[in-house]
Amino acid sequence: MNRKLGALLALAVTLTACGTTNEPTGDSGQAAEKVTLTYSLWDPNQLPAYQECANAFTASTGIQVKITQQGWEDYWNGLTTSLVSGTAPDVITNHVAYYPELAANNQLLDIQPYVDKDKVDLSQYTGDLASLWVKDGKRYGLPQDWDTIALVYNVKDITDAGVDPAGLDDLTWNPADGGTFGALVRKLTVDENGKRGDEPGFDKTKVKIYGWGLEQGGGVVGQTQWSWMPLSMGFQYLDKNPFGTDYKLDDPRLAQALTWWQDQMKAGYVMPREEAGKLGLEPMMQTNKAALVPDGSWRINTWAQSTQQKFAFAPLPQGPEGRKTIINGLAPSITAGTKHPDQAWEWVKFLGSSACQDLVAKKAVVFPAIKTAAATALEAHKSKGVDVSAFTEIAANPANLAYYPITGSANEINTNAQAVIDEIQEFKVVPADALKQLDERVASILK
Amino acid sequence: MTTVAAPPRRPRAAQPSRRNRLRSGDAPVAWLFLLPALAGFVIFYLVPTVRGFWISLTDWNLLSDPEFVGLDNYREMLQDDKFWNALRITAEYVVINIGSQTVLALAIAVLMDRLTRSVLVRALIVVPWLVPNVTVAVVTLFMLDRNVGFVNHVLDLFGLDPQAFYGNSDQAIPTIALVNTWRNMGYTALLFFAGIQMIPRSLYEAAAIDGAGEWTLFRRVTLPLLRPVMVLVLVVSIIGSFQIFDTVAVTTKGGPADATRVIYYYIYQKAFNEFHMGYAAAMAVALFLILIVLTLAQMRMLRAADSDLR
Repeated sequence: MNRKLGALLALAVTLTACGTTNEPTGDSGQAAEKVTLTYSLWDPNQLPAYQECANAFTASTGIQVKITQQGWEDYWNGLTTSLVSGTAPDVITNHVAYYPELAANNQLLDIQPYVDKDKVDLSQYTGDLASLWVKDGKRYGLPQDWDTIALVYNVKDITDAGVDPAGLDDLTWNPADGGTFGALVRKLTVDENGKRGDEPGFDKTKVKIYGWGLEQGGGVVGQTQWSWMPLSMGFQYLDKNPFGTDYKLDDPRLAQALTWWQDQMKAGYVMPREEAGKLGLEPMMQTNKAALVPDGSWRINTWAQSTQQKFAFAPLPQGPEGRKTIINGLAPSITAGTKHPDQAWEWVKFLGSSACQDLVAKKAVVFPAIKTAAATALEAHKSKGVDVSAFTEIAANPANLAYYPITGSANEINTNAQAVIDEIQEFKVVPADALKQLDERVASILK
Repeated sequence: MTTVAAPPRRPRAAQPSRRNRLRSGDAPVAWLFLLPALAGFVIFYLVPTVRGFWISLTDWNLLSDPEFVGLDNYREMLQDDKFWNALRITAEYVVINIGSQTVLALAIAVLMDRLTRSVLVRALIVVPWLVPNVTVAVVTLFMLDRNVGFVNHVLDLFGLDPQAFYGNSDQAIPTIALVNTWRNMGYTALLFFAGIQMIPRSLYEAAAIDGAGEWTLFRRVTLPLLRPVMVLVLVVSIIGSFQIFDTVAVTTKGGPADATRVIYYYIYQKAFNEFHMGYAAAMAVALFLILIVLTLAQMRMLRAADSDLR
């Protein structure tokens, strides 16, 4: 027995020893001859599309691209440590909430000289997306996609409520009585006795389907959660964007909008934050605990391809100052420590070109930044039987667009703001007071 | 653990005289044997600790060079509501966690001692302790979910309202504390059980003859004589309890509404989400000082207690 064990152990040791010594010799020989770039992204849904781009890029240039994917949180936590240790990818997918700090710490390569040299046409991109990536005259990315917000609704819930889906295109909203959007949310809410939110005898303690779902989080922006309400009243996050220095969180319009939102929660029309659970928006909608929710275009396929429920999209309601959505986009940035800046630029240029963006468009995952490619994406969705015009039509008119607020210290601001949003959702604070305090705290962070 | 366990007192004469040093020829060999442990201590403890103190005096975001700012971080810390809030929450956690864990573990240990010495029972009782913290957190996150959780399903069977547990700012800290109590109490019980085995049986027999019931036996015999073991276990488990991090990181991430932003999680956030390394290091130093004070206080209690059995 003992001897057998010993022999096994010895075997195991030799095997592992062999394993470790043999492995590295495999492919290091080739890598030295050819340039292999590393490119990182966080959205697994986009990985196949960009893998196709990478294949096309390798075919035409001979430069290999290795794509790595990590979830949102790991992605950003890992990025900084990899920058410090010098193991960062050559090209990263970047977000406007994060790039200012990376740029301020000289971790990103200024691509303006390359853009000038290769005469990249910046007007081919949707709206002002290209200018979001310029800080102090330096450019840190070429737009690769954009996203907007629209309403996602459960088709069965809408028809059960006797609402004509066509009427959803002209919803209105205001912070006084909620407009037709407020009425719709009340109607879509059903308690366990089958009473609707706008009927007498509605029991808000026993709600079966909430008219309005709740996604937790959102930080200071509330991109999918609440941004469209204050924005449609003329609210602006910052004194100037990008790189404002004053968050206007004490704006009475923001307080009004969030107070109305809180009132809807108190009345039982919005899923309470407790009940929203830790598991997220998707299970909530898939199990039909909520009938409608505003959401971003990056999750179109989650809803369109659902087999449990049938979902469709409607434009955001018209507010007192019109219809407003946050528009935001991602861009590839080159890390300053790359050993192959020229090749990395070739890849970034390719990602920002119609050659790649047309490929992405056909996958119908995100809306590519180039206008013509976005039209292709719309067609690709249509051919799958999905109408995504609620996301695209709003983007056609610049007056509808509010760009994602860009400042330094975004992480710290979000942590502080999220605590206040949580408290509003738990009815522990009056929005106007809490937002005023938050405004002071954020001002001291940005100082 | 072994460093705080005071050895039983030996008669004076048996102790080697201090002056009786090693013969000089042995010293190099002794150092050679000490080297691996010493190197580990210096590389992984001493250097990072000293460096931590230094970082706490700087403004450093990892990416650019640290800038010396003196005691600014400490000044900022003392005025930071979130720092005090984190300490308060951590204290709340420690009280609930250690309180419930100690009582339950003691009960289990006494029951095991008086009812069954079965090795199987002893083994079963430490099973939760063998499950990694993160796994416990993930499993309970699902079990305690407001909508799909098993526990709420059971509550529903008894006609009780569903609870949000991790998702409610009032329940989150007690929930995390009790989940960790569940995980650790078996292990703590085993330590207590071992302690009880050291109490001479004759004392119980004598007390029983004098007419003492189970409760009196526990209060008058077990509890006083278990004190050295208990203090040791408390020292170790309170230090461990202060370092609550993983359950928070997996389940609540400091929320809802800052309700679970315990000090370790706040340090982590400042350091690795917001990249204020200096500020995070200053808080770590503060925590270090708090733990030293706590440990010294408890060590004093330990020394006072170690003569009980003799």
